[in-house]
This record gives sequence, structure tokens and C-alpha cells, in this order.
Amino acid sequence: MNVVVCIKQVPDPNSPGQLDPSTHLLKRDGELVLDPGDEFGVEAGLQLVEKHGGQVTVVSMGPERGLDAVRKALAMGAAKGVLISDDSLRGSDALTTAKVLAAAIRKQDFDVVITATESTDGYTGVVPQMIAGLLDIPAVTFAKSVSVEGDKLTAQRQTETGIEVVEATLPVVLSVTAGVNEPRYPSLKGIMGAKQKPLDRPGPADLNLEDVGGASTGQRITAIDSAPERAAGEIIKDEGEAAKRIVDFLADKKVI
Amino acid sequence: MDFELSDEQRAIRDTVREFAQGEIAPRAAGYDESGEFPYELVEGMARLGLFALPFAESVGGAGGDFLSYCLALEEIARADASVAITLEAAVSLGIAPIVSFGTAEQQQRWLPQLLSGERLWAFGLTEPEAGSDAGGTQTRAERRDGDWVISGRKIFITNAGTEISAGVTVTAVTGEEGGRRQISAIAVERGTPGYAQAPKYRKLGWHASDTRELLFDDCRVPQANLIGTEGGGYRQFLTILEGGRVAIAALSVGVAQACLDASLSYSAQRHQFGQPIAHFQATQFKLADMATQIELSRLMTWRAAAAVDAGRSAAPYASMAKLHASEVATACANQAVQIHGGYGFMEESAVARYYRDVKVNEIGEGTSEVQRILIARHLLADVLPL
Repeated sequence: MNVVVCIKQVPDPNSPGQLDPSTHLLKRDGELVLDPGDEFGVEAGLQLVEKHGGQVTVVSMGPERGLDAVRKALAMGAAKGVLISDDSLRGSDALTTAKVLAAAIRKQDFDVVITATESTDGYTGVVPQMIAGLLDIPAVTFAKSVSVEGDKLTAQRQTETGIEVVEATLPVVLSVTAGVNEPRYPSLKGIMGAKQKPLDRPGPADLNLEDVGGASTGQRITAIDSAPERAAGEIIKDEGEAAKRIVDFLADKKVI
Repeated sequence: MDFELSDEQRAIRDTVREFAQGEIAPRAAGYDESGEFPYELVEGMARLGLFALPFAESVGGAGGDFLSYCLALEEIARADASVAITLEAAVSLGIAPIVSFGTAEQQQRWLPQLLSGERLWAFGLTEPEAGSDAGGTQTRAERRDGDWVISGRKIFITNAGTEISAGVTVTAVTGEEGGRRQISAIAVERGTPGYAQAPKYRKLGWHASDTRELLFDDCRVPQANLIGTEGGGYRQFLTILEGGRVAIAALSVGVAQACLDASLSYSAQRHQFGQPIAHFQATQFKLADMATQIELSRLMTWRAAAAVDAGRSAAPYASMAKLHASEVATACANQAVQIHGGYGFMEESAVARYYRDVKVNEIGEGTSEVQRILIARHLLADVLPL
């Protein structure tokens, strides 16, 4: 079986992000990394092909520097990379992103398309479902475990109220949650071999996408504002029942 | 001149950093305290492919350059020097002689399991009466009925007594020529009758690394176990130690960097007289000096590693890098403990471990004194041959 994994390069979530007032976009001039959420997707894809044969192709839309993220996925074990990088796609909204990714995915041989549930920088959380819609195949979302037998994919979905077991017939779009697996470190040999692996660099025209990006983008960020300052925390002074009050507070917030 | 790493070198460094900080650093204090050998961490390094990193693909290596190996060692040492020396000894002292001087048969026999990191190979040079003075080697190997029969003792040997140790290359006197002892290197597999490993030493630092005395009592191995040429042992290990010195320099840079990392975060948190101690110039100057000296050590290490990669002799750069980086690391550990104050004297602080772990870098694989002799000999070669 062949798997396509959608990946994205994002500003390192370990350093505080900043919005650029001139473009209304997240600044991307600092350290950029393969979205940690996507590492679970790549690992899930690799595990599927290790079990069932076939290969993993990673597809990414983003600026030129995104090549580093594609290379990391190749170093982890993906067989092929596709990076769609074009000035006209700067500031794409979720639907444009989904159209570009879906067009690139259509050119691949695939049984499963894996994504994270959302990107760590944009957080729209709708791209997986849009890709499924555009490809006209089922979307199985928020999977915390996955298995495939024949042409049937079974996933456990984590929901607020419990765990659903869902089945779908391949091909399918699958979004996986963080923690679905433990992503491997790329091997050093893999890193050195990544440059030799096939890499496609199609432009929008190669994907028959003359009408996406630029002025045709349906959604625009018109303004940005700073997030409200975090309110001062509450300090509980221990007068014999601090533990109980902390437990009540956590229970109230549904943390425990 | 370009001091930037290649994309590939950066990716290797970043991956090893992620692994070292994610997997090794959280366990370092535990292994230091228990003194157990960190098998799970060796397995992790093996999965990454660290043991094969700087060796050619033609012998089954990963085909990486020596500089990448140094970057990896720095990152591992930044998390745990014991784990770093385990890797360094396995690669620079265990595998390198077999790759450089072993026959095709020897390479086929031992390299696959060593390059994969499943097994470790040791290098036995130091003896009670020989270390810096290799000419004082007492261990002897005699030819008897087509075998080598080895007798003697080796001390302070790394990686020879773990559950995954496969064997050791020992240096032994195999004859005399013109009044000089001829030294040869011979491979001895673990389990060979007459080869025994004493219990682990109790050490000041490097608690989690495996260091032992090795005993050879009429230990008989086939003649085919000779590594390199008969009588060529001395010249061979000079080559091996040259690469080893650069590696120890990289390891020293890693420990020094860990000292700076810890000092930066502690001095930003620790308050005295109503402000973080990082606000005091007394602290700032320490931090600035540490950072400057570390950067200098790192550049010297890269310089020496680049010479190895270019196929040139790394002398005297290897000696200079090892000398400077190891002494800087000791100084950094000293200052890191000072910045941490009383807390730095407590075993629960990481810098206490760095302080104990760091000193040996000025001793192992050629003491600072020997490095100075080598550097001086190089300087005076054309002026006043010593």
C-alpha cells in the first residue's frame, strides 16, 4: 500500500512566535522545523508501509526553506518528496492549501493520505477534511490508533466522551493525533541519503491550478492584534486546606 | 573561508542534539549515581547509526565525514560524558583500527556487529608501566604452533567488560630489533581462554562507562588475529590516537557547553540582593569567558577534523585542539560550580557531575603534557630536531 503524508514546516514551537504586522502572517525568519504534529503522521505512514509494503511520499506546500522539513521526512524513511513552492501561494488560506495539496496528491499512487489534525502554526484544523472533500474520499479524523486489513482501515477516534472505533474503505484521508505513535529519529545514514531521494518540485501550473492563490484566495486576514495579557494567577495560601482547594480548582477546569 | 556547516552536517547535529537532550540527558544523573552501563542508550545510538557514522560505505559504514562524527560527539557529551566516551572509545579506538588496518576477513568477521552498534570492541594500550610511554609495554605475544600466545595486563580499558563487548585489540611486544621492542596489535575475542576482565573500577567520573583492567594469561589466538603489520603496532596506534584526540576535543567541547548551558539558566534564575545573579558583572564575565573559550575550542576541533576529512595529517592541530579543549572544559566546569555556589557542590546538580566527569579529558588518549611535547616537537622539527 502507498501512503501520502502531508507535512508542513513551521516556526519552532519551542520559541515564542510573533506575527508580522506588515503581512499579518507568522514570522518565519527564526528556526523552522518539521511540524512536530506531522512527525506522528510520517511515523504512522512508515509503520503502515513497513507492515504492508509500498512506500511513503511526503507532500508539502510552503516556501523554499520547506525543503528542510521534506528532507527530514525523507531521512526518517519516506521514499519521495513533493514540495510545491510558489510566490503566488504566499498567505494561502486553508481551502487554497487543501486544493494545492489535493492536486499534488492526485498525481501520486495512494491508498491512505495521512495528515496531522491541525498545523502547529495556523491551527485552522480543516485542511484534512477539505482534502478528503476535494478527493471525494472518506476522512477519518483524530485517530489515536490505526490498522489496515485488506482494503479496510480501522481507527480509534478520541472524542470528548469516549473512544469511537471507525472503519472506512480505502482510499481514505486519515488525520492522526499527537501520541498515536512514537516518531523515530532519522538515522544518520538516512540524513545522508535524503538528498539522493527523488524530489518533485511542481509549480501551480503543473498541477493545473491556475485559479488558486493570489487574488482568488477566499479568506484574508484583515487585521492582527496582540493576544490579551495572561491574567495573574491565583495564589493559594496554605491554611490547612490548600491541597483540597487546588484539587477542586483542577477538577473545575476538568484537568483531573 | 567558510565556517558554516553543510545542510547535512547541521541535520546530523540537530538530530543527535534532539536525541541526546530527549533520551540521554534525562537519564544521565540516574546512570551516574547507579554506575550501571547504559545499554538502552547504546541501543538508541545504534539505531541512529552513530557507530557507523564516520566510516566508508565500502566497509559497511554510513559514509559520513569525521567532522559530523565530532558534531555528534559534542552533542552526546553535552548530555552525558559517560555515554560520549562509550561511543568515542567504540568508534575511534575499537572500530577504527579494524577499518584502517584490518584484513578483509577481519573486517567481514567483526565489523558488521560493531558498525551496527550491537557489540562493542575495545582497545588495550595502557599498562601499569606503559601509557604515554608506549615503549614500556610489558605485555608479550609469542608465536607458538601457529598461534599468538599473549601474557600481560592492560589497565583503564574502556568497553571491554560489558555484556555486549565482543573483544579487544591489544598491543603487545612481539620481538626486538636493534634493542627496541617491536610492538604489534592483536585482536582477542571475548571468551577466549586466558583473557579475563577485572571488575569495573570505581572512578571519579564517567561512572556509567565501562572501564576495567584486562588480564592475559597464556591467552592463545590464531595468527590471523594480527591487526596490521607485525611490529607496526606503534605506528598504527599513533595514527589511531590522532583521530582519537580530535574526538576527545569534541567531547570536551560538549561538556564545556553543558557547563555554560547550566550556568546561563541558573544565573538567570538565582536571585541575590534582589536581582538575578546574571545581572552582576562578576557572573557576566565568567559567562563571557566561558563562551569565548568554548567557541575557540570548537573552532580548533573543527580545524583538526577538517584536516582528517581532507586526508591530511591532523598533527599538530589534533594535539592543540585536545590540549586546549580539555583544559577549557575543566576551567568551565570549575566556573560552573562557582556560579552555582553551594548548590553546585551538591550531587543533585548537574554541574557537580560535569566537574567530576571533565578532568579525565586532560589525561585520556594522551595527557596534556604529552600533547605539549608533541606540539613542541612539531614546532622544533626544522629548527632543533628532538
